[in-house]
Amino acid sequence: MSETSILKATNFNETTLTRVDLLVIAGMVKPDTRALDVGCGDGSLLKYLAESKNVDSRGVELSQRGVNDCVEKGLSVIQGDADTDLFYYPDKSFDYVILSQTLQATRHPKVVLEQMLRIGKYAIVSFPNFGHWKLRFQLMSSGRMPMTGILSNPWYDTPNIHFCTIRDFVDLVDIIDARIELARALKADGSPLGLRAPWRVWNFFGEQAVFMLRRPGERGQ
Amino acid sequence: MAGFHNGQSMGRQSISRVRSAARDAPVHFGVLTVSSACSYIHYNTFDLPNASEQDLRVERLSVPVTAGLASSEAAHLETGHVVEFGAERPLTLDAGVSLSPWTIAYQTYGQLNGNRTNAVLICHALTGDQYVASANPVTGRPGWWTTMVGPGRPIDTDRFFVICSNVLGGCMGSTGPASTNPATGQPYALDLPVVTIRDMVRAQAMLVDHLGIDKLFCVAGGSMGGMQVLQWAALFPERVFSALPLATGARHSSQNIAFHEVGRQAIMADPDWFGGRYLDHAAKPLKGLSVARMAAHITYMSDEALHRKFGRKLQDRAAPAFSFDAEFQIESYLRYQGTSFVERFDANSYLYVTRAMDYFDLAADYEGSLAKAFMQSRIRFCVVSFTSDWLFPTADSRAVVHALNASGASVSFVEIETDKGHDAFLLDVPELFSTTRGFLDAAARARGIV
Repeated sequence: MSETSILKATNFNETTLTRVDLLVIAGMVKPDTRALDVGCGDGSLLKYLAESKNVDSRGVELSQRGVNDCVEKGLSVIQGDADTDLFYYPDKSFDYVILSQTLQATRHPKVVLEQMLRIGKYAIVSFPNFGHWKLRFQLMSSGRMPMTGILSNPWYDTPNIHFCTIRDFVDLVDIIDARIELARALKADGSPLGLRAPWRVWNFFGEQAVFMLRRPGERGQ
Repeated sequence: MAGFHNGQSMGRQSISRVRSAARDAPVHFGVLTVSSACSYIHYNTFDLPNASEQDLRVERLSVPVTAGLASSEAAHLETGHVVEFGAERPLTLDAGVSLSPWTIAYQTYGQLNGNRTNAVLICHALTGDQYVASANPVTGRPGWWTTMVGPGRPIDTDRFFVICSNVLGGCMGSTGPASTNPATGQPYALDLPVVTIRDMVRAQAMLVDHLGIDKLFCVAGGSMGGMQVLQWAALFPERVFSALPLATGARHSSQNIAFHEVGRQAIMADPDWFGGRYLDHAAKPLKGLSVARMAAHITYMSDEALHRKFGRKLQDRAAPAFSFDAEFQIESYLRYQGTSFVERFDANSYLYVTRAMDYFDLAADYEGSLAKAFMQSRIRFCVVSFTSDWLFPTADSRAVVHALNASGASVSFVEIETDKGHDAFLLDVPELFSTTRGFLDAAARARGIV
């Protein structure tokens, strides 16, 4: 799927999604499939997928408030935790397992990724890129832990305990023997970086990244 | 003819005449008026759509409620609507015997819609009854779940047709150990076969048939009521659209069985129990039943809530009197709980209903796999637990949720933070109400209920 077709597939006029990574994720999900959103927050992605793409949408969310919001939207969401609750889902029970801006907050990112690929045919992950030039610059110039718009918590009060860069993530994909089906790096203004740019360019200019992974045995979509 | 539906237009609440002890007394379908000394039920005309009196040929019964009354002469109290299923409609029990004839007492609230899609069955807990949203005629106290069920409430009776029946083995009009054994003409006492949660659900299903409803919009309940909800989902998956099991589990734990056994032994140790035949002796094991209730009541509350409410405060005194009176407020409170309970509950019923809970182990009926109990289920589930509930801790609910996930069912799950313990599902917990409202609203949209 080309970049332009992804953007076309996502109808920006009708969507209620405001986060750019969610728009990209929504563009990766095919209609009439089953998706599990791990860390689904208030359920806006799930609701969008259900209404716009007829996706059988399920969610896992840690906060009681988030689960309540989801239940009120008519979504099937369980209160749970990416680190502990994925084990209970059967193999290949979903087409997509989605983890948006949550990987860095899990205790065992590698295990979580492996579980996602066990449960779903595809795992879609978005995460903040700690290799982004602003962060590198802040750390180098101030000598302090960087803080930006999407990483706005001080180090002692952040849920994010496992930061990585895009290149680190790509290494992890190799370690768990997964395949990259699709990948996007997004600049600070939300626009995508060139698809043919090398990893190090993405790693420097991408503020966040969205990856769709599959198991080696699974066919590309 | 029991269970027969008279085939009136769908917009009507049509109830068949059933065999009844009241024979051919004129009948009204209605909410009863409370009059503790009367021997017959008095109904107010019930607000049903397009209902003429002829359509509403509902039995009028007088069923003695003999539980814990100060004098057995005043034993005729109203039990609301009662259906008696005759010899042609026996109830086959898990114990391997058939119960016949048998009765089930119930209340309804709201109106059944034209296509009969808006019926909600509420399953009550251990010591509950059918008076979920109207005054209990025995105690005169408001319904036990008026915060949840009623006009404008989360289970909105302006929108849904709510049914609540007294469980099999109970003492508010459904067949129980205080009912008359047709073989002897005496109360069953312990001759009533032991009943299970599944038996209770089968009985409810026959009531739902009798009311002419194929598929319930929702089955909801907490604690033992939640067990019934899970049993409904497993036993009649095609008859349930959504399920709301609260503060419950798919099996009774060893600890829970242990607490129940303490209660049962307290009852049986009371000399007024007479081996279960206390009604023949015009006696009641009130002390034993009271102790059973006291022990159980502790399990319904959290340590934190007890400390908040009572702490170590003394009752009506400034300093300890060095006696065995109810010196502490908590003692006084528990004694009150015990003595007020015996006024409305039958001791043998307590034995039967606690036993039914003890036997409950849903997975055991499905080769040890709870997921198999719900396999391919199309029901929408919303499971709720409470952080301070140590009788049915969140882990029990999670086990249900994990099984539902494994079976591919649609499930939502919320653990609500509260210090109110197991009883939280009955209390004013706003998060429970908002969750329920959201879940039912969404389910109603999916079901096409306006």
